Amino acid sequence: MRRKVYMTAGYNTISLGSGRKEFNPKKPRPGIEHYIKEAGQATLKMVGGAKNVDESVIGNFMSSRFVKQAHLGAFAPMIDEGLKHKPSLSVEGACASGGLALTSGIRSVLAETADVVLAIGVEVQNTVKAIYGADILAGAGWFADRKDGHAYFFPGQFSNRAGAYFEKYGREKTRQAFAVWFKNAIENARLCPTAQEYENKVEDLIGLALTEPNPKGFTDHLNVFDCSKVSDGASSIAILSEEGLAKAGIPKSEAVEIVGWALVTDDITKQPEDPTVLSTVGQAAKKALANAKITVNDLATIEMHDCFSVAGLLTVEALGLAKPGEGADYIINGNTARNGKLPFNTTGGLIGWGHPTGGTGVHQAVTIWEQLTGKAGAAQITIPQNRSYGMTLNMGGDDKTVVAIVYKRAE
Amino acid sequence: MYNERLQNVSVLGAAGKMGSGILLLTAVEMADLQLKPENKNKSFCLNAIDVSPQALTGLYGYLKSQLKKIAEKKLIQLREVYKENRELIENSEIIDQYVDDVLKLVLFSTKVESTYESSIIFEAIVENSDIKVATFKQILANSKKDPWFLTNTSSVPIGELDEKAEMKGKILGFHFYNPPAVQKLVELITTKNTNPELIEFSKIYAKNLRKVLVPSNDFAGFIGNGHFMRDMLFGIKQATQLSKEMSLPEAIYAVNRVSQDFLIRPMGIFQLMDYVGVDVCQKILIVMSSRLNKSELHSDLIDKLISLDIKGGQNSDGSQKPGILKYEKGKPVAIYSIDKKEYVPIESFQKNVDAKLGQLPASHKPWKDIVGNKQKESLLVGYFKELKSMSTIGASLAKEYHLSSKNIGLELVSDKISDNADNVNTVMLTGFFHAYGPINSYLD
Ligand SMILES: NC(=O)c1ccc[n+]([C@@H]2O[C@H](COP(=O)([O-])OP(=O)(O)OC[C@H]3O[C@@H](n4cnc5c(N)ncnc54)[C@H](O)[C@@H]3O)[C@@H](O)[C@H]2O)c1
Repeated sequence: MRRKVYMTAGYNTISLGSGRKEFNPKKPRPGIEHYIKEAGQATLKMVGGAKNVDESVIGNFMSSRFVKQAHLGAFAPMIDEGLKHKPSLSVEGACASGGLALTSGIRSVLAETADVVLAIGVEVQNTVKAIYGADILAGAGWFADRKDGHAYFFPGQFSNRAGAYFEKYGREKTRQAFAVWFKNAIENARLCPTAQEYENKVEDLIGLALTEPNPKGFTDHLNVFDCSKVSDGASSIAILSEEGLAKAGIPKSEAVEIVGWALVTDDITKQPEDPTVLSTVGQAAKKALANAKITVNDLATIEMHDCFSVAGLLTVEALGLAKPGEGADYIINGNTARNGKLPFNTTGGLIGWGHPTGGTGVHQAVTIWEQLTGKAGAAQITIPQNRSYGMTLNMGGDDKTVVAIVYKRAE
Repeated sequence: MYNERLQNVSVLGAAGKMGSGILLLTAVEMADLQLKPENKNKSFCLNAIDVSPQALTGLYGYLKSQLKKIAEKKLIQLREVYKENRELIENSEIIDQYVDDVLKLVLFSTKVESTYESSIIFEAIVENSDIKVATFKQILANSKKDPWFLTNTSSVPIGELDEKAEMKGKILGFHFYNPPAVQKLVELITTKNTNPELIEFSKIYAKNLRKVLVPSNDFAGFIGNGHFMRDMLFGIKQATQLSKEMSLPEAIYAVNRVSQDFLIRPMGIFQLMDYVGVDVCQKILIVMSSRLNKSELHSDLIDKLISLDIKGGQNSDGSQKPGILKYEKGKPVAIYSIDKKEYVPIESFQKNVDAKLGQLPASHKPWKDIVGNKQKESLLVGYFKELKSMSTIGASLAKEYHLSSKNIGLELVSDKISDNADNVNTVMLTGFFHAYGPINSYLD
């Protein structure tokens, strides 16, 4: 990279939705502005105030439908008057919108148009029942496919992937891996106070996750425990140059350095060539790792896009951690657990922490920043000296837009 | 036969508590038929008839909101149904279209004449034999079809209606429970005369609506109210006796609590009376005592309450009106005192009365934790064993109550109102949401 880029000052609101004590579907809830403000102000405070920020970018997917609000860039000056008359924009790439906010900030720092960028990701989705939310989220796919798609469009897409995988490699073990995935997600979430599943008290998580899918009420091959939840929430983080860090008065030990990144897209009008493969995810990871001049074996932890358990499994294979058809074993054998070979999603990921769609990419970066700088609290894992890198993989749609970023603790 | 009969249907009393639910379920069933490709060119019509025009306006809103919920629930099937209509893409569009398609079948009317084209007539008007008979007669004299009648009467024997209105077996009792859209149970009451084709029709209709159909013999009150009314009279008797030691509101509170908490039922007996309506209970008792020739099916307390205009029943939004008990957010907070002619807050005596009743058995779990529990049977066996060993006032009242309830069940069988014990238990389990049937051996 032509210039060093850092991230610091991460913050997550709670992921609000079913499962959280505060959540009551019948009562009014905070609006999207509340989330933008809470997250944005927290980061501003850590970087010494709005005066230090050159530019803001807000990642969001579908506020125009969920809350009938577009033009989110102009919410930045609401966070702090100090952002008035400064650049601010919103970016959208379905569930990779948060990741796009990060790449947008990284580009601006690289282009030397900013030294400090405030990057926020936000989504408020509990405004409609899940059945109508499915319509809105279907916008992440090609609209021409909507008519013949499932009522729950995206769960339907990934159910098809799961079905294809079952057919090719067997159902029972794969479902078992999904269940282990769910268990890891919930157990990690229980360590993170902002997680949607923080207060999950279920004892037999595996048993619950093995509930047979019910095609009459949901999809053919996935049950609701295979899915991320409906969430309201925001995350924010600062993206800075070396000068930016100095301006904000933040020591490097409090920051992570971006050592590689990639933004990869595929044709939204096409169905996946092989439904058992997440090829765009694979490409993005490969490029970002190459960019960082490391391999997957150098990673201490990874935050990836488990919008569905099957996406978790397919990502394990896309990363080359297991051969095609062997991802289930990799998961069942505990490699992705927090004490495993490569801990995945240490605060619960999309299934456990929550999935405020446009916010997720930023949330992933915040988690990696926390882990690499020792700020993850009860969820903290040990970062081995010889494998000190972290990676985020943020996916939009059905493997269509993927942002991969590689981090290491700044020195 | 089934499809043809369902092409033109009327619901009488469509805006009432029961009629509105019957209308909703029938509308959905008819729409599902209409939406089948083979029925595309057939016309279907459902007359929603009620004497009250205001109530019909309310009915429209009820139907619309309920249909939306139904459509949301069966969306996966609906996407299939509307697959050929390429203009309907999003879930919301399909839901709106379905609600529209169902509502299009319904014609709202205040005139009984609207039934004259119908082949099936559901009757859910007031519980008054003479009015029902007069209505049936009028329809039979004028109908252009050869209609079949399904009456929702809670107590009037079907044979009596058949004979008085000269219906020649074209009527049967199809007794939904309140609210019909939710309750799974339907009691089916036929007589020797009942047209076998009509019976066949009712069975298919019940099956399509996914109802549990329990046959009851044709005695006033049938199985459900047969048990409930006698159970209620026992509760009133128990409270009256207890009122020698405490005030009547305290005694009512005590028995309500015993019949709910100690017996693990969804609500206490006095709350259930309010839920059904004290006036409705009175009407059912009147019909039952006269038809069955049992003068003991009567309660001075109920007559007294009605004379004081204490009726219970529900508001149109489904919330509970004050009756014997007064409610806040659905929870009882006060009990009516006949002496003082006002409600006495439960708070004012709760501690005292609870202390008199004594503790619940240690193994007690509330009804909601038992009813769907996989270990229900063993939990209940353990619970009642413990209850049996206790001699507190609460436990003693509960045991008496439990045994009375069982005897009522056995009597329904020996009196041939129910063909067997299973039917009695099914009715109480599905129609009254009890966690266990009254005919059991928990306390033997
Ligand atoms: N409420 C219950 O729990 C329950 C349960 C099972 C059966 N039933 C039976 O269902 C029937 C209706 O009871 P409900 O509780 O729904 O009463 P309701 O008072 O709520 O409804 C009766 C409706 O019929 C209308 N009506 C009265 N006379 C009419 C006539 N001649 N033509 C057309 N409409 C007329 C009224 O305007 C009213 O809307 C009764 O036979 C009752 O015994 C009631």
